[in-house]
Amino acid sequence: MTLSKDPLNLIITGVGGQGNVLASQLIGRALVRESFYVTIGETYGATQRGGAVMSHLRISKESQFSPLIPEGQADIVVALEPVEALRVIGQYGNPSVSAVVNSRPIFPTAVTVGDAEYPSFQKIQETIRGLTRKSWFVDASEIALSLGSPLFTNIIMVGALAGTNLIPLTRKTFEEVIKETFAGAHLADNIKAFSKGVGLIK
Amino acid sequence: MSVIKKNAPGSNELLMGNEAIARGALEAGIQFAAAYPGNPSSEIIGTLAEVAEEMGIYVEWSVNEKVALEAATSASFSGLRAISAMKQNGVNVASDFILNLNLSGVGTGGLVLVAADDPGAISSTNEEDSRFIAKLGDLPLLEPATFQEAKDMTKWAFELSEAINSLVVVRSVSRISHARGNVILGELPREKRTARFDTSKIFIPVSAPLRHLALHMKLNKVREMYESSPFNWYSGPEKPELLMITSGSGWFYSLEAVKTLDVKDHVGILKVGTTWPLPSKLLAKHMANVKRVLFVEEVDPFMENNVKELAAEWSPEIGSWTFYGKNSGHVHPFGEINPDLIINAVSKVMDKPYAAREVGYGQKALEMTKALVPNRDLSFCAGCPHRATFWAIKSALKLDGRGGFVAGDIGCYSLGLGPAGFFQLKTMHAMGSGTGLATGFGQLHKFGFDQPVLSVCGDSTFFHAAIPALINGIYNQSNFVMVVLDNSATAMTGFQPHAGTGKTATGSPAPIVDIEKLCQALGIRVETCDPFNIQDTTEKVLDLITAEGGVRVLISRQKCALVKAKEEKAKYKVHVEPEKCLGESCGCARLCTRIFKCPGLIWNKEKGKSEVDEVLCTGCGVCADICPQSAIVRKEN
Repeated sequence: MTLSKDPLNLIITGVGGQGNVLASQLIGRALVRESFYVTIGETYGATQRGGAVMSHLRISKESQFSPLIPEGQADIVVALEPVEALRVIGQYGNPSVSAVVNSRPIFPTAVTVGDAEYPSFQKIQETIRGLTRKSWFVDASEIALSLGSPLFTNIIMVGALAGTNLIPLTRKTFEEVIKETFAGAHLADNIKAFSKGVGLIK
Repeated sequence: MSVIKKNAPGSNELLMGNEAIARGALEAGIQFAAAYPGNPSSEIIGTLAEVAEEMGIYVEWSVNEKVALEAATSASFSGLRAISAMKQNGVNVASDFILNLNLSGVGTGGLVLVAADDPGAISSTNEEDSRFIAKLGDLPLLEPATFQEAKDMTKWAFELSEAINSLVVVRSVSRISHARGNVILGELPREKRTARFDTSKIFIPVSAPLRHLALHMKLNKVREMYESSPFNWYSGPEKPELLMITSGSGWFYSLEAVKTLDVKDHVGILKVGTTWPLPSKLLAKHMANVKRVLFVEEVDPFMENNVKELAAEWSPEIGSWTFYGKNSGHVHPFGEINPDLIINAVSKVMDKPYAAREVGYGQKALEMTKALVPNRDLSFCAGCPHRATFWAIKSALKLDGRGGFVAGDIGCYSLGLGPAGFFQLKTMHAMGSGTGLATGFGQLHKFGFDQPVLSVCGDSTFFHAAIPALINGIYNQSNFVMVVLDNSATAMTGFQPHAGTGKTATGSPAPIVDIEKLCQALGIRVETCDPFNIQDTTEKVLDLITAEGGVRVLISRQKCALVKAKEEKAKYKVHVEPEKCLGESCGCARLCTRIFKCPGLIWNKEKGKSEVDEVLCTGCGVCADICPQSAIVRKEN
């Protein structure tokens, strides 16, 4: 399968604890399996303390790229949290960027303690639509909860990304990597979560 | 699960830089690994610990970086290959040993030190360039630029170490160590060496001047080896208009800049992996072809200044140059470098304009998003015991009223310098420094100083560097209270076990070094408290700071909330009784959500009342004690 652009720049964003790193690794390993060069840069540091986190994926057939995407050069943004999509598009977006966005917010402490406002989902949607070539808004957290745990959100979003066909990977490759990663009951649950995610994109 | 033990030469894997370094060490046949955790280096030894048993190697979390390197060196002296890994601060801690070991030389087992720097201080308190230890100690230095090189260089570093009987330094940075990329695996050796110390040998730095001379001769040998090293290469035209000389993560950014600006016919890139001693003939060969040179490297102008030193010797035979880099201001001499910075530097030098994106879109994107996106501030986790301890300290100091303050150091509790810890921390430097400073503050009463002094340190930090400071305070009869924030983990770096946890790096049981008994044995007053009992903790702090003279220790003991959540059920179920919460009219100024600020507490604007977020609340019950209306209620689970 071929890339629509080389390097293809993908950003996965969310809040520390949502499973950004695992999502980026699954996608990365699936791509390496298909003989792509993949570089992943993660924002580290205080990720477990409710901070905004980002994984940059550079995908290429030609060579290894740096782990950081230059400003304005994202091709795809996958957001596990809606305002994190805005934060990333503001810095890395361009007129041809696509976005897959989970609709469930995680409020920052500044909002929960009443020092800052969290924008309405409608406002977030409007803004993202105005700044992207194509965007999808999905209720990944709701589906994750229906599967028994919010921890499935990241796998569902990986499924949704697969469903967009924006990256050159078949469903089968993803499933093989999921099989390598999880064991026992977790495996069946994650395959199910992935497949639900794929189904979210119409 | 762990890829690094996979016996599949030629297999193409996605590895984290630190995993690649660990794999390189395994491919080199290391049998001993020791470190103190510190990001961005932690996963090197962490990953080796996971596979230690299966691979038949010994791996330990040492009490600090100096001891780690000393322990690893004993293996080298006994013929085994050994590795130690540390962050930049760790190199400082180990430096006294390093600067004797360079003169004594290593044993027949290769010895490699991985120094992982954190440009931009993403997970550090300081920013520094640890490559200077190589120049300072006349030690060979290697800098990987890719994930593949991280593995291959580490492996080769052991051969180099054995060839010249010297410690070899491999310097990584966050964007190599903590990033992931393709690595083709090599072979894992089967042969294991037997450890034996040859008593006919001595390892000492004396006679130092002669050994210093010998060390310079070793370095000359290394320089010769480096001249033809496969870790250095050039790409670009024969006579470029601009030569970029780069190392480490700078190489990726240099490539990106040349590609983005489409200047590959005009700009050449010399990627140097062997950065000390510099391969001077190789550099002279490439610099003879150009008049303009741009340096791209992380943190300090290390290569830049060293190449300039060489250039001063070559001039005027080889030529003269205009140099660009950190000294000219084209590349920041501080913080992390990134592709944008280097694209802009090349754009400026080559006079080739660059816009990251269509200007109209860029402005619109920033304007439309900026107003909508709230910040995500750093905070202690919900139910973090540090929040409770700092609250108690704050209350006790206020009741005492003499202007007391806290000297601190490095750990999660460093957040105590901001709103999360109610601005209680007034100093923060190296591991254990808070207590070292406290021993001095505690002597100043002779000069009119009358403020109570507290130091805080974590349990892992206590073992790492606070014990000598504590003993100094006792011996010199200083006057302060040391608070040990014992959360039973090296929490900040990923919950590695330590001397007080009863577990080794590889998960087997270990004797517990009891901080309380250790302090009692020093003959000082020692109290313990559970910070979740806010009233008792506040009273104990107050009592200790008002006590007359000497060193007093308070051990504030409560498990890290993240560790606890994995191990046990919440103690309390906490809720706010809406009829009791008076909100803005209470007069408490929203003490729970605005000041105490546990993420488990929410301010419901519409209702004008506080609430508990049941998902985030860990059930510590502390907030029930701070509400003046007793509106926050805890019930035992």
